[in-house]
Amino acid sequence: MQWDVVIGLETHTQLTTESKIFSGAATAFGAEPNTQACPVDLALPGVLPVLNKGAVERAIQFGLAIGATIAPRSIFARKNYFYPDLPKGYQISQYEIPVVQGGTLSFVLEKDGQSEVKTVHLTRAHLEEDAGKSLHEDYHGMTGIDLNRAGTPLLEIVTEPDMRSAAEAVAYAKALHSLVVWLGVCDGNMQEGSFRCDANVSVRPVGQNEFGTRCEIKNLNSFRFLEEAINYEVRRQIELIEDGGTVVQETRLYDPDKKETRSMRSKEDAMDYRYFPDPDLPPLVIAQAWIDRVKASLPELPGAMRERFISDYQLPEYDAMVLTQSKAMAAYFEAVVGAAGKEQAKPAANWLMGDVSSTINREGIDIAASPVSAEQLSLLLKRIADGTISNKIAKEVFAAMWDAKSSSVALADEIIESKGLKQISDSGALEKIVDEVLAANAKSVEEYKAGKEKAFNALIGQVMKASKGKANPAQLTELLKQKLG
Amino acid sequence: MQTLKQLSTLLKSRQRSATELAQSYLDRIASSDLNAFISVNPEQTLAQAKQADAVLARGDGGDLTGVPIAHKDIFVTRGWPSTAGSKMLSGYNSPFDASVVEQFRAAGMVTLGKLNCDEFAMGSSNENSFFGPVKNPWDKQAVPGGSSGGSGAAVAGGLTPAATGTDTGGSIRQPAALCGITGIKPTYGRVSRYGMIAFASSLDQSGPMAWTAEDCALMLSAMTAHDPRDATCIERDPEDFSRHLADSIKGLRIGIPKEYFGDGLADDVRSAIETALQTFEQLGATRVEVSLPKTSLSIPAYYVIAPAEASSNLSRFDGVRYGHRAENYTDLGDMYRKSRAEGFGDEVKRRILIGTYVLSHGYYDAYYPAAQKIRRLIAQDFQQAFANCDVIMGPVAPSVAWDLGARVNDPVANYLADIYTLSTSLAGLPGMSIPCGFGQGEKNSRRPVGLQLIGNYFGEAKLLNVAHQFQLATDWHTRRPSS
Repeated sequence: MQWDVVIGLETHTQLTTESKIFSGAATAFGAEPNTQACPVDLALPGVLPVLNKGAVERAIQFGLAIGATIAPRSIFARKNYFYPDLPKGYQISQYEIPVVQGGTLSFVLEKDGQSEVKTVHLTRAHLEEDAGKSLHEDYHGMTGIDLNRAGTPLLEIVTEPDMRSAAEAVAYAKALHSLVVWLGVCDGNMQEGSFRCDANVSVRPVGQNEFGTRCEIKNLNSFRFLEEAINYEVRRQIELIEDGGTVVQETRLYDPDKKETRSMRSKEDAMDYRYFPDPDLPPLVIAQAWIDRVKASLPELPGAMRERFISDYQLPEYDAMVLTQSKAMAAYFEAVVGAAGKEQAKPAANWLMGDVSSTINREGIDIAASPVSAEQLSLLLKRIADGTISNKIAKEVFAAMWDAKSSSVALADEIIESKGLKQISDSGALEKIVDEVLAANAKSVEEYKAGKEKAFNALIGQVMKASKGKANPAQLTELLKQKLG
Repeated sequence: MQTLKQLSTLLKSRQRSATELAQSYLDRIASSDLNAFISVNPEQTLAQAKQADAVLARGDGGDLTGVPIAHKDIFVTRGWPSTAGSKMLSGYNSPFDASVVEQFRAAGMVTLGKLNCDEFAMGSSNENSFFGPVKNPWDKQAVPGGSSGGSGAAVAGGLTPAATGTDTGGSIRQPAALCGITGIKPTYGRVSRYGMIAFASSLDQSGPMAWTAEDCALMLSAMTAHDPRDATCIERDPEDFSRHLADSIKGLRIGIPKEYFGDGLADDVRSAIETALQTFEQLGATRVEVSLPKTSLSIPAYYVIAPAEASSNLSRFDGVRYGHRAENYTDLGDMYRKSRAEGFGDEVKRRILIGTYVLSHGYYDAYYPAAQKIRRLIAQDFQQAFANCDVIMGPVAPSVAWDLGARVNDPVANYLADIYTLSTSLAGLPGMSIPCGFGQGEKNSRRPVGLQLIGNYFGEAKLLNVAHQFQLATDWHTRRPSS
């Protein structure tokens, strides 16, 4: 049987406010346990929550960036349950009326060497507070509680069940990650838990309209774990059904060491959270003027930038999409074009999506940390454009530039010079090489004359080889055709 | 037993020192058998009095400088344990002062100690305190009312000239009435709740309790600063609540809700209220009949909303970070169960159970939104009534104080006795109780009757004006129990 996979994601993004969502305590990561927990975070008798406007502002920024509705009035509710790292015995969260409603996120999905633009619909994004941490190691037979994280502001971003593969879910998560970092609402640090996903996964026979029973995999804090966990879970569910079993709705945890998910609690054990509106917090009222103010202060958003790249630089939509997946990449691109000139936009895009991306991916660094600066790259593009080097040689020059880790603006020229990579465009020098190659490859010449087009390419290859790749390709083709007349 | 105002005059004219005064009250507290106080700390009290004397000596004192006050033990304080009348918080020391406590300290008042109350402010007889019941100074067989029973008894018993109370469904007005003193519950949002141990957040409001309206006005003026630490505290300019005390009440339209004078009202209370209303007429006021048709629904609405909020507010008392933790337990769940089972009293458990039930999946929709709807309708009733009158008057409680122990096995009877105070709380309106006579207790004892005054939102100054004019014309507020 053929199976459809259905995935929805809930992503907890930690917001970049200096202080907590309902108290004045600091949110910095890594402090000594319980040093960043004030009486409000500890839920001492008599304390009350006061909403941090900065957290709301970030929610509005995010909502505007995804084209969502910003609720003019949203409600904070209490989610009641007992756990030692939840000091009040309830979490303040938005339940029935969230601050951000709807919206979409588009991204590029690479599949079997093909690329397509995919759009995921968002259900909502709501503000809530994080819990503290229970530390089970180091306390023999006891549990330590660190409440530094308690009250840290989170924006939980929930999608519709719009994704159909682990790869798609990962592509969405990456796009979301780059958007929240782009906006500056989240630092995106996944090791520190600033961005973590819960995946709702179900399968159904191809052609079936209803969704299958879903399982929720909690707390996936890397893209790799997200992909592995979904893939494992999809296999598990399909095998279960094919063996005559049924999927039970439950919450599961992913074990990255065993690379498998295991049951945490079933729906029957699901807690009754007794949600009700928090009487300590008045409804969150957001006036249009506030939304307008945030809108005016937003950085240029990926969507708008994409449109601008298409119209200003005549880039294809795909290129514009890829270049605007991160703010740093877009900024780098614009810096290259700024230095090399608008006519170099398409070559610049090709370089960024090609050699530059593959190199930074291989090295696992961000474009902002690239040892080759935008200005240095722009010179390389100029040298291709003015015929000094071919595109192929340029790859070699780029690799050398990367390794050189030099700040010299003229780095490309220095490498072309020192390695003698300048293209042979002098017709006399080129003609000499061509003549030698023709003389040495009489057989190919004959074949070409007998009508074998392939032989022509073989001859080109030989000249290139003889010139160590430095022959100007256009000039060479011209000359060769002339000679073979 | 002098009023706050009288003591203020003595202090300012240096006829008495704050230290002397504090010591005399501490002595009375030490020899009292009312059980009105949970904790005293003479050293702290006298240190505060000394500071006040220094201020007075410089001539910098205000109306409240050096005047003693005691706080209901629902306010957290540094220097005295903060227990909420519960075993759960027995011996708990807060690292900060409640906003109200802070404000009275800033005004120079001297804290005598912490007052007994029903556990977590749940009750109307003060018999639900872990620290034992409080006696009514007018008749020690009688309850003082609750939940601010310690506050009512301490003022009436001459153990403090002024006290704070909190009112969720009548907990200032009812003990004020049963103890024959004056108390006002301000408009919801008028006083910061920061540092007040929460019972039902959308209803809790603190206010002053003292002998006279004049005293309450002085105190209210000192406790209503805006507090950014409480998101429900409404931002308003500071108000001098004494400014209208002397205004004439000629032409005042008094709304008389017929629902407040039905079958359940005891004859002695009815007759005292009637006499009081006649006094107002003699002062130039007129009576207008009004209707508050949803009054009877206030009981079920209140007993859904208040326990719902309480069940959640009290979840923090889990034995993990502070408060009572059971000595022996097998695992986390067992620790929670035992700590809470041991730490909370019966009435608190009853309300946590009710609240948990009404918020539970499958029941929520039937209870909570319905109760909120009734709450809105009750508020609308009042607005219609206020279209035709300036204040509303009626009884505070259906009867005078009952005997200690008489109703301990009948919680529903206790709930029903809140009928005249609950709707004001649900609507968030200011309400007041002033002494207006006496009724019959057991063995022919005399037990006080309170007249309730209900004002429109932020109409406290008006209520205090009306109450003060009544107190100029009557002497009920000058009567003292024989000690």
